[in-house]
Amino acid sequence: MSIAHHDRYGRPHVVEHEGEEHGHHDGHGHGGAAHGTLAGYLTGFILSVILTAIPFWLVMDMPLPDAQTTGFIVVGLAVVQIVVHMVFFLHMDPRSEGGWIMTALVFTLILVVIAISGTLWVMYHLNANMMPAHDMGVL
Amino acid sequence: MSAASTPAAAAGEVRFHPETEPHHPEGSSTMLGFWIYLMSDCLIFAILFASFGVLGGNYAAGPGPKDLFELELVAVNTAMLLLSSITYGFAMLEMVKGRKTTTLVWLGVTGLFGLAFLCIEIYEFQHLIHIGAGPQRSAFLSAFFTLVGTHGLHVTFGLVWLVTLMVQVHRFGLIEANQRRLMCLSLFWHFLDVIWIGVFTFVYLLGMLQ
Repeated sequence: MSIAHHDRYGRPHVVEHEGEEHGHHDGHGHGGAAHGTLAGYLTGFILSVILTAIPFWLVMDMPLPDAQTTGFIVVGLAVVQIVVHMVFFLHMDPRSEGGWIMTALVFTLILVVIAISGTLWVMYHLNANMMPAHDMGVL
Repeated sequence: MSAASTPAAAAGEVRFHPETEPHHPEGSSTMLGFWIYLMSDCLIFAILFASFGVLGGNYAAGPGPKDLFELELVAVNTAMLLLSSITYGFAMLEMVKGRKTTTLVWLGVTGLFGLAFLCIEIYEFQHLIHIGAGPQRSAFLSAFFTLVGTHGLHVTFGLVWLVTLMVQVHRFGLIEANQRRLMCLSLFWHFLDVIWIGVFTFVYLLGMLQ
């Protein structure tokens, strides 16, 4: 991997912003927005700090009496924070790379949900059914 | 596209593909390819999270999350990773403006935050192993060390990559190839932060609630 690769095609090479796809529109273009803006990064950062601080406070100080409610809120905030990171840091955009980025993401999310929920479901029932109930002495 | 539909094809010469490959500029598909790699990485973490979900309650009469985890430490760790994310964002903004020196400075700051994260994690692991709560103690700890360790390994390789790119940018400047590489590392770095959200939520915070 030599560093001189960038002008292998003999294109006049000027380091300009996102100038790589001039005259070649094949739907792969990622616009200037792919790098984000200062305001975008700061918004994402502030939201992340808030969305991180709240669950840590909820668990460390336990202001809610019910652990289950706390758990649901913590998981909900995590989901929101993941979306915040996707939008402001990873710059997810339904149109980037001709929609293929989003397609790959949705497909992966479906696989992740099947893998995690399926594993927990199967293993929970396996545990419940294989548990030696009260015959421990016989074994 | 063009060759298959020319009159020559109608005259009896059947062709199903263009004679020459369409011209793709180098790197035009890199971002999509790298994204697909990240998605496959996401599946690895999904399986590790699933394993932790199954095994996370099997303490083998050993210590549980409440005995082992220090949330103050995890909060500091999370802050390190979050700060490294925003500083990497600043580096990307400087890169777009074509400012080499400030890009390198922000990349360096990002690397230091990443290194701080790793040091805290290694300290935590070393402390756990020292008090006898190593990965071989229980299924819970095996799953914990595998999941968190895999994330830490990713951060380690991200740091190696970061230093490599800093040398590249220093020597060759913000050329197109280096910009593309920095964008890939940007995706990788922010992706690791997303995974960490899952780790501190499901492993540490929910663990403390049990």
